[in-house]
Amino acid sequence: MPKIIKVKQLDLYYNQFQALKSVNMDVDNNNIIGLIGPSGCGKSTLLRTLNRMNDLIEGVKIKGEILLDGVNIYSSQMEIYELRKRVGMVFQRPNPFPLSIFENVSFGLKVERFTDKKKTAEIVEKSLQAAWLWDDLKDKLNESAIKLPLYQQQLLCIARLLAVEPEVILMDEPCSALDPIATMKVEELMLELKKEYHIVIVTHNMQQAARISDLCGYMLLGEMIEFGKTSDIFTNPRDKRTQDYITGRYG
Amino acid sequence: MDRHFFDELESLKEILLKMGAIAENMVNVTIKALVEHDSKVLAELSGNESKLNHLQVEIDEYCLKLNALHQPTASDLRFLFGVIKINSELERVGDHAVNIGRSILKILDGKQLKPFVDMPQMVDIVNAMFKESLHAFVNLNVDKARNILYRDDQVDKLRYKIIQELTELMKKDPATIEYAINLILIANKFEKIADHATNIAEVVIFVAQGKDVRHHFSDPL
Repeated sequence: MPKIIKVKQLDLYYNQFQALKSVNMDVDNNNIIGLIGPSGCGKSTLLRTLNRMNDLIEGVKIKGEILLDGVNIYSSQMEIYELRKRVGMVFQRPNPFPLSIFENVSFGLKVERFTDKKKTAEIVEKSLQAAWLWDDLKDKLNESAIKLPLYQQQLLCIARLLAVEPEVILMDEPCSALDPIATMKVEELMLELKKEYHIVIVTHNMQQAARISDLCGYMLLGEMIEFGKTSDIFTNPRDKRTQDYITGRYG
Repeated sequence: MDRHFFDELESLKEILLKMGAIAENMVNVTIKALVEHDSKVLAELSGNESKLNHLQVEIDEYCLKLNALHQPTASDLRFLFGVIKINSELERVGDHAVNIGRSILKILDGKQLKPFVDMPQMVDIVNAMFKESLHAFVNLNVDKARNILYRDDQVDKLRYKIIQELTELMKKDPATIEYAINLILIANKFEKIADHATNIAEVVIFVAQGKDVRHHFSDPL
């Protein structure tokens, strides 16, 4: 699955404020990429540029390129709906729709006007299985999704993404609302999903980045200070600023 | 990571240096006994060995606790890893000093066959290497550590020369065998101490720079 996102010399401004400065990053080879850095460093902004979520914010200006399979996602060649289908996002707080479990997972198919009921049921089952929810929820498919415990809601949001077969999954602090056991389940799921999908995760939990990511980027004041193998970043970072941050000497 | 953790690392370093000082003292005692033919000084070795053994366990437990509670990364992680390794090296140095002491007692019982020439030179180098390996660790001084690595070969050559001479001596006069074997054992143990100093120097380079220079595979000397 050699699909690639290539971020090239990316600058992003919120009006006069420059939130990203000449950022470069590649997403490929089924790696989980972890983005770490202090609050306000630009990691969530970078994540949200990858499927143009920042378009919704007034005053945002972008320079540079983000290529998905060689096509600039900010060019007219890229349909935004198509982009968000291919590059899906999981948010900090689970955000299931106030619908049944089945309707949540099949929501994307409905938007695509997919009408084959048998096939839809198959995709829902496959997506719930992939998100490790099928065994727990197969008898409750018509129950309300918002009554599920938080971690199952988060897994359901992942299942909802999987149903539309994305290539890249973006995760913005997906475990920050979860307890350690639920966090472990989500992390294990991510390690399983990476066999099929590219994953980029923003996390404030450095141990989480260390545990699950293959590549890691440390950001500070809008710059990508260091980007490399997670094992190198956490044992022998090249840049003193990275070293100071991950050893807690920052600030 | 909080200030408390950095204070803990300093405390750990102090305990390791205390252990280093004891091991250094044990090496000095054996050299004094050998060079000055003074067996009395050897009496303190066994008490010091026991202290080293206790400190080894204490340091390992401390490192385990800090790893579990603080999950250190980068330079802090390398430091803890280095302390665990140096801890073992120091304990082994203590064991060698005790064994050297035993062999010295045997040779001091007999008549000296010939004046020592290469042995004092070798033990001087070993002593300096060991002392400097500990100094290199205190300040994470990579230049000093590298210098130690270069000197290990000198010790190997002197040990080889000592063994050659003693082998010749034994061939000529079988009555010298027991004495010569004990001297060879002493030379071998000092050479081992030089190896431990070399290992400590390699750990210092790893802790300071994250480079693994063991066996010269990632950074040829």
